[in-house]
Amino acid sequence: MGSLKVNLCGIEIDNPIIPASGTFGYGYEFSELYDINILGTFSFKGTTLEERFGNPTPRIAECKSGMINAVGLQNPGVNRVISEELPRLKECFFKPVMANISGFSIEEYVQTCALLDKCEQVGWLEVNISCPNVHGGGMAFGTSAEMAAKVTSAVKKVTTKPVIIKLSPNVTDIVSIAKACEDAGADGISLINTMLGMRIDLKNKRPVIANKMGGYSGDGIFPVALRMVYQVANAVKIPVIGMGGVSRAEDVLEMMYAGATAVQIGAANLINPFACKQIIEELPVVMEKYGIKNIKDIIGVVK
Amino acid sequence: MKQGIFTIIENVKLTADIMQMRLSGDTSEITKPGQFVNIKIEGLFLRRPISVCDVEEGVLTLIYRIVGEGTLALSKMVKGDNLDLLTGLGNGYDLTSSGNILLLIGGGVGVPPLYMLAKKLIEQGKEVKIIVGFRSKEEIFYKEEFEKLGASVTVCTADGSEGIKGFVTDALPLIGNYTHVYTCGPEPMLKAVYNNTNTSGQYSFEERMGCGFGACMGCSCKTLYGNKRICKDGPVLVKEEIKWEA
Repeated sequence: MGSLKVNLCGIEIDNPIIPASGTFGYGYEFSELYDINILGTFSFKGTTLEERFGNPTPRIAECKSGMINAVGLQNPGVNRVISEELPRLKECFFKPVMANISGFSIEEYVQTCALLDKCEQVGWLEVNISCPNVHGGGMAFGTSAEMAAKVTSAVKKVTTKPVIIKLSPNVTDIVSIAKACEDAGADGISLINTMLGMRIDLKNKRPVIANKMGGYSGDGIFPVALRMVYQVANAVKIPVIGMGGVSRAEDVLEMMYAGATAVQIGAANLINPFACKQIIEELPVVMEKYGIKNIKDIIGVVK
Repeated sequence: MKQGIFTIIENVKLTADIMQMRLSGDTSEITKPGQFVNIKIEGLFLRRPISVCDVEEGVLTLIYRIVGEGTLALSKMVKGDNLDLLTGLGNGYDLTSSGNILLLIGGGVGVPPLYMLAKKLIEQGKEVKIIVGFRSKEEIFYKEEFEKLGASVTVCTADGSEGIKGFVTDALPLIGNYTHVYTCGPEPMLKAVYNNTNTSGQYSFEERMGCGFGACMGCSCKTLYGNKRICKDGPVLVKEEIKWEA
């Protein structure tokens, strides 16, 4: 059997499969279903300095081939993540975890990253500058190359862990933003976050989502995500994590051929809680079908 | 939570838009009344959460109203068809420490989960009184089923075509003593019950869900005991913790 191992920003992981932030909580719900140590790692729920409830409900809408969410970064705040969630995670997950961080000011990103930098369990900091569901922060940092670079260099100063910047697809030129992050010292890029979308309820003539708009994810966004991963991976030298509509082992291989070193799985976890387990099990079979021995050998092969 | 394939035994109309589906499969994860299942429907992205009406020896009974694409597709399925279900979702009703005379109040498709609840309470030797509310006589279902369990049933209809004319709360003055309230129905009904009863109680809420098992935080609500996920920490909240949105 071929090897599934890849090296993600200096840390070797057993396979490239990583549940995406916001679809896997802090790991606990899924650890009741299967041994989550089979994962490469996972990216925990987007964490901010202070506790957040997020947006009013309804904050979920169904779409053709996907869903819209407008959760708006509900989380218990970084202090409780460190004092409650990480100790609980330690009981069921023995690998480095990816800490996903969001903020509303550069100072907030810095403080949250500095606190999580001290946690032994945290392997990578994934800095989300692309949440479409919060005002005055989140995506505001991810839609300007200058702001993206500022967040990156500020965060880099307070951590020795690899910093991965998570980018928004809701921009005119994602490549320039990725390059700005690389130049500012980012160790990796992950993309794409959800695409800004909307649904309208014909019965009551109102948006389905209380916040009107939200982030579209699921199968439908895969081609767009793949294209952006390909463009960014060809423009930067640092590792790229591909995500967006990935639900099968075949999708993982496409992402990696396009240049992804690892692949995150998001919405698929929500409708099939065993999605990541099944993908990890299917990967060797699909690799053999396409004559792939070591998965790391296909990264960025398609030009 | 468990994922399993269930086979439809029957899928029949109870009223013009209410269906009863009985399925066979592994029901071992369904441990409490008030829990729900989440159903994968071919061609639709999100699963559809439906409350458990009853479970008996590997047979699961669900009652649902045809309201949209998902429930319409469900209504067209026939005996022998298979469905992928996540079972054992939600906290369900707590049957302990609620006294000996229980008042169950249900409205519309909030009525079905009260069936398994009434059955379990009566098995424990408790006295069960039920108020069920519907829009009209034509929409009434499960009245006889509750009576067969040995519960005393009071029916209300909004248009007065059967039983007491009005809402479930209009029946409260006629019901006598009770020690605890269990309720499920639309939010305005829950709020009316909350405001018109003095005992402790358990209230089952509804919200648009993403996953149904606590991962996505799509269905969260604020309570006096902190933020809760309707799908995982609910759908049943105790009266003391409920915080109504203004």
